Amino acid sequence: MAAKERLVVIGNGMAGCRAVQEVLKRDPNRYQITIFGAEPRVNYDRIMLSPVLAGEKAFADIVLNDEAWYRDNGITLHAGRAVEGIDRDAKVVRAAGGVEAAYDRLILATGSDPIRLPLPGADLPGVVTFRDLDDVDAMIDAARPGARAVVIGGGLLGIEAAYGLSKRGMSATVIHLLDVLMERQLDASAGFLLAEALAEKGVETVLEAQSEEIVGENGRVAGLRLKDGRVLPCDLLVMAVGIRPATGLAKAAGLEVNRGVVVDDTLRTSDPAVWAIGECVEHRGQCYGLVAPIWEMCRTLGDALTDGTATYEGSSLSTRLKVSGVDVFSAGKHTGGTECEDIVFRDAGRGVYKRIVLEGGKVAGAVLFGDAADGGWYFDLMRSGQDVAAIRETLVFGQAVTEGLRGLDPSAAVAAMADTAEVCGCNGVCKGEITAAIAGQGLTNLEAVRAVTKASASCGTCTPLVEKLLKLSLGDAFQAHTGPKPVCGCTPRGHDEVRRRIVEEGLKSIPAAMQALEWATPDGCSSCRPALNYYLLCVWPGDYRDDKQSRFINERVHANIQKDGTYSVVPRMWGGVTSAAELRAIADVVDKFEIPTVKVTGGQRIDLLGVPKDDLPAVWADLNAAGMVSGHAYAKGLRTVKTCVGTDWCRFGTQDSTGLGVRLEKFMWGSWSPAKVKLGVSGCPRNCAEATCKDIGVICVDSGYEVHIGGAAGLHIRGTQVLTKVANEDEAVWTVCAVMQLYRETGWYLERIYKWLDRVGLPWIQTQVEDPDARRALHDRFAYSQRFSRVDPWAERVAGRDAHEFNPLSRRMEFEEA
Amino acid sequence: MNALVIDPLQWTDVGAVSDVPLRGSRRVPTASGDVAIFRTGDGRVFALVDRCPHKGGPLSQGIVHGHAVTCPLHNWQISLATGEPIGADHGKGCAPVVPLEVRDGRLFLGRV
Repeated sequence: MAAKERLVVIGNGMAGCRAVQEVLKRDPNRYQITIFGAEPRVNYDRIMLSPVLAGEKAFADIVLNDEAWYRDNGITLHAGRAVEGIDRDAKVVRAAGGVEAAYDRLILATGSDPIRLPLPGADLPGVVTFRDLDDVDAMIDAARPGARAVVIGGGLLGIEAAYGLSKRGMSATVIHLLDVLMERQLDASAGFLLAEALAEKGVETVLEAQSEEIVGENGRVAGLRLKDGRVLPCDLLVMAVGIRPATGLAKAAGLEVNRGVVVDDTLRTSDPAVWAIGECVEHRGQCYGLVAPIWEMCRTLGDALTDGTATYEGSSLSTRLKVSGVDVFSAGKHTGGTECEDIVFRDAGRGVYKRIVLEGGKVAGAVLFGDAADGGWYFDLMRSGQDVAAIRETLVFGQAVTEGLRGLDPSAAVAAMADTAEVCGCNGVCKGEITAAIAGQGLTNLEAVRAVTKASASCGTCTPLVEKLLKLSLGDAFQAHTGPKPVCGCTPRGHDEVRRRIVEEGLKSIPAAMQALEWATPDGCSSCRPALNYYLLCVWPGDYRDDKQSRFINERVHANIQKDGTYSVVPRMWGGVTSAAELRAIADVVDKFEIPTVKVTGGQRIDLLGVPKDDLPAVWADLNAAGMVSGHAYAKGLRTVKTCVGTDWCRFGTQDSTGLGVRLEKFMWGSWSPAKVKLGVSGCPRNCAEATCKDIGVICVDSGYEVHIGGAAGLHIRGTQVLTKVANEDEAVWTVCAVMQLYRETGWYLERIYKWLDRVGLPWIQTQVEDPDARRALHDRFAYSQRFSRVDPWAERVAGRDAHEFNPLSRRMEFEEA
Repeated sequence: MNALVIDPLQWTDVGAVSDVPLRGSRRVPTASGDVAIFRTGDGRVFALVDRCPHKGGPLSQGIVHGHAVTCPLHNWQISLATGEPIGADHGKGCAPVVPLEVRDGRLFLGRV
């Protein structure tokens, strides 16, 4: 076998890695591949840095190719090694640290550098650009609540940076040279609406402002002076005024460079062994700074490097702003002109503005604000150059209306797409993969599709398309997400509204709630009924009668259904402490009922698996007799309280963590909540009870108790955040109960505490539980509710309650008649 | 007697309609496996083989809503009238319908 050709890629960013993927897709065995990256990390989705800055995503969420990808594809990665030179005669790349790599073919994917304005003071600490993860980290470091940030540049990146910093608690101001924000994408009307929407999100804008000098104080940035003399004080200054193709290496190697590295339609540079792609490139006089054209280039390059014939002829551009809750889309021409006609639609109530620009009977551009769902459709019309005269009247109302009126099914176009058509450009996911995942894995919502296929998980441009695929696959079972998330398909109302109106209107039963809230189905569904049942139970403790038929089977029979229809039984072990008598009783039950599997759980208890439903009451009776009660291992409610041995035994223990855990569990057991709640109490910061990945955790320290919330170690892994610190055990109990009650009263059904925390924000929770009066009120409401909850459901069933649940209706047909 | 049976089904009285909770279900073990009898919010009754077409989950343990039940194992929704999955899983098998009649408030289950 001949030695493989050597392919070297300079640039481990989105373009470089995608180009390699495109090559591998076509011919996985042709090249021995080496990638150089200046950043010391794997390839990540640079467009998603804005959500990382805003705290809406973590770095792990935006990794595109993890270490396994490089390994599995036999790619050598030199991350954190900037390339210092290219010897085109010897065909060798030289990088920092004396690393060299010989190539047969070379790809330049060096990207671009952020432009730093040459203002006086531009080199002061606290002046950053917004380009890579290090910039984001620098900004997050500076983003103390209350600190002030000034962002120079009112383009896409500047606005996203300002929004992110404001989400981090800073007051942020955007300085823009022109009179319209994002003037390359938006017209004046949309720009105005955008400025207003940003103001609502806490981001101020200063238009027509020219920067003059960055003012320093004590060797750090302290403000920005404008030409008109105004000084805007700040602790952080972000320059987001644009990018410049990174052409230094290419220039030094003698390649033809203009504004960017000049390439032909096959992306080849002036050296036939060297190709270039991405933001470093100049193609037909055009440089690109958006991702879609880069993917198109990568496809062409993948073809070119595997003897294909594809050519790149330039790209049309569309833009979507990634600011949560501000829906902005722009494509093509937006300024109009003498040859152009405008179609404009406004809805003041909803804050919607749409403008479609027509030229010669075709869509030449679109600006959408407030409702950008049809952006992809307009963009497709624009790119296809289709004559839209026939649909002109309804065009501005979007695809559904237009095609609906033509008697077409709005999803017909989506249905007609080939399975191989790419839907998500960021992650290279085609239609067939998405529909297969929806059908094969029973996916029912956008989040699930994102989790499984990664489609629409990055820039979100294809979200409407993915939603249409969901709609196509699921029919009416799928509800697109607009406005607050509806409780389920039975109602357009969100959880907050439902909870609020149950309280305000004194709704005390499921039928009353369904009537008042105009439910669209006669008796709800398996999603909304358990939610309503919980909300009513939470609001009216002692009054509301639990509706068993609205409980999931596990909560109805107080055991966990298993794949074969048998159940598992978990007795409570207070704080994970047990005794010989309890263990002996468990052993006897296992023998008596021939229970096939006995397993120790992660929550410091013992699970008895494989109990037939008919045996449950008798199993419980025996466990009850030994003093044990239900562990609620099945409940949307308090489950375990995991503890370490604390000062009882441990030489490091600072407080009686076991005692506190037992006390909490004995007070809180039996309580229902929106989703399961697991507690942990650790006796010292060594944290042997793993309290920092629990829904609520307590870490004992010498001086008192740290109360943590929002941990998770399941589908998602989350460390807790510190809610507050208290001095004594009583206060620790009060605080834990108060936060539990706050969650019970404001959480959405099935929303775990960490998600609730993300939604309502830690500061709000802190104000509720740190104020002594508010904390007391919450604690007292919880204590009142617990008067009705601390009842062992097993004992009730043993006493005969709901006996029919465990007995067959009739045994007359059990055996074949003789 | 056998020679006089015109009805091809043999009917067995398995209990009173009111023994099945509203929006609930009871199961009847038979020689060929469990049958689930459902009673919906509007008072109608249905009988299906107690096995979800997906992974065999016991439908009698699911939440009953409208004329459907949600399987407790993986949330497939099954039409009580046809035994077929509703929505995304439509067309993927069915839980066979079992003949059921109500006479004077009593439930009669048929056996071929």
